Amino acid sequence: MRLLLAWATLVRSRTRTALAIAGVAVAAALLLDMVMLAGGMRDSFRDLLLVRGYQLRLSPKGTLPFDSEATVDSATALVAALRADPRITAVSPVLGGQLAVLRARGAPATDAGATSAHVTAIALGVLPSVQGDYERRTGADPVRPDQFVANDEFLHATGARVGDTLDVAAGYDPQLRQYSARRRLALVGTARFFYTVADRPVVALPLATLQAMRGAEGADRVSALMARVADGADVEAVRASVERRVPRVSAISTATALAQVEQRLSYFRQLAFILGAISLVVGFLLVSTLVTVSVNERIGEIAVLRALGVSRAHVVEQVVLEGLALTVTGTLVGLALGLVTARYLNAILSDFPGLPASFSFFVFRARDAWRALGLLVASGVLAGVFPSWRAASLPVATTLREEAVG
Amino acid sequence: MTRTEDLVLDVQDARRDYTVGAEPVHALRGVTFGVARGEWVAVVGPSGCGKSTLLHLMGAVDRATGGRVVIDGRDVGALGDREATSFRLTHVGFVFQRFYLLPMLTARENVELPMAEAGVRPAERRARARDLLGYVGLGGREGHRPSQLSGGEQQRVAIARALANRPALLLADEPTGELDARTGREIIGLLGRLNADGTTIVVVTHDDTLARAAQRRIHMRDGVVERDER
Repeated sequence: MRLLLAWATLVRSRTRTALAIAGVAVAAALLLDMVMLAGGMRDSFRDLLLVRGYQLRLSPKGTLPFDSEATVDSATALVAALRADPRITAVSPVLGGQLAVLRARGAPATDAGATSAHVTAIALGVLPSVQGDYERRTGADPVRPDQFVANDEFLHATGARVGDTLDVAAGYDPQLRQYSARRRLALVGTARFFYTVADRPVVALPLATLQAMRGAEGADRVSALMARVADGADVEAVRASVERRVPRVSAISTATALAQVEQRLSYFRQLAFILGAISLVVGFLLVSTLVTVSVNERIGEIAVLRALGVSRAHVVEQVVLEGLALTVTGTLVGLALGLVTARYLNAILSDFPGLPASFSFFVFRARDAWRALGLLVASGVLAGVFPSWRAASLPVATTLREEAVG
Repeated sequence: MTRTEDLVLDVQDARRDYTVGAEPVHALRGVTFGVARGEWVAVVGPSGCGKSTLLHLMGAVDRATGGRVVIDGRDVGALGDREATSFRLTHVGFVFQRFYLLPMLTARENVELPMAEAGVRPAERRARARDLLGYVGLGGREGHRPSQLSGGEQQRVAIARALANRPALLLADEPTGELDARTGREIIGLLGRLNADGTTIVVVTHDDTLARAAQRRIHMRDGVVERDER
């Protein structure tokens, strides 16, 4: 009966109830988005770094991986040295560069490709068996020197399909207007690349092929290496030991990178915390105000209920139920609204230049989301407690007298 | 002379003082009377004479500052808020001038409300609500909301609601005050039928027709009983 009464009371003022639900929904959506934003970038970054389980990243001294054009020489010896460390279970060297597609599908078969490319792609030279830069979607890995895999953007830009053979070149000299090396490579698969920027054509080919195509500047060189540390081994100890043994590289662990990111993102977290707290307060005030207004409008009615023998506890219960119904409904609407908004905002923010395609600003973590929304519901219940207690504590006789006069 | 044990309501030297701002107000200055089981009493008098204050003491919604009010053998002044609430629920039925039905509930749901509060099972209270609505002449209108009923019909629903938990005493505060003369007469007729069927009724009213319909009239002036007329 009390549920019916609470529901009926809310339905009685449909417009006000709808506005209240909309208000709570906006507060809930903001709260959810802030919670998703607060931890989202950190989680997304961690997932990105650990996607293949490599905990160490090595790059030329004083640089971050792929932060500059700098490369590390004597890569073969370096990889061998790292592999010799029993605490390191896998090493994945990567060389970055650019690859020009000289003739794409449908283009005229002339020699114009010698000096002008139809499409320029980011190229990663990898060892397919240990690579940690992409996830293959279709086809096969580029295990032979004349094979490569590409992302969807590459396929879209070139019109190429898996199985096609393409003329590609690397090492463009702007003075001579010539490429240092040209190859005919077979597209053997498609892939999603983890660390490259969104909307750019990207390919991966065997490390040795790209090194050879880059000529002298690519000879036995790599841009970065990733190392997987054995379970139980101290990653920081391995990192320190690598830097000691190979002074020409900087090593950074995932934990250190995350700590640095965490430090840089503290501004976002604080902002998210403040906005989240504001949305909680707004939700609380909104429900509190509406329930108070509703109770004030029904003072005579409540006094009559009390006169008829309805207990104080049940009056409190009914008014709190009204607040709870408003908050729960608003929160559920807000959950959907928050997810849609987060998706939209994520799409906008992900267009920032230089961000990896798989990076997300808003990450939904069920536990945190439910905790935050649970807090909002609790605040809605609390918001109903004061007006409900006020209603239940009305002096019945005085109120009836005043209502009769009024 | 009615014996004390036959009284449903026994008011002994009841006083009620309160303050308005800094001014002390003596709303009741020692009222004494009794109402026997099955009796119909009208409390009449000019505005401000203490009728409503007396009604609130008789209904256990207010507490006397002096004297005693005993309903169905219980001294209601000695009851705490929780006990008084529970006592009202099962021993007193209230009818108000402005009906005070819950607008979002149907007539039947309004009548069921006190029974739900008293813990009566849904099937039983539904059946009893139907019976009561039939008794007050609203059979077939149980699904109507108050806004779909006339003033007289709403007052009938309010009377049915007041009878829901079979109270020992039915208190009515100006039950015809909001109704036209013809509808008022219908409500008076209904109260007469209720009384004839054994319900003890005390009405507070300005309405001469209603007061004359009662078996007994207690005339009040300035917080005291001026005349008790049978």
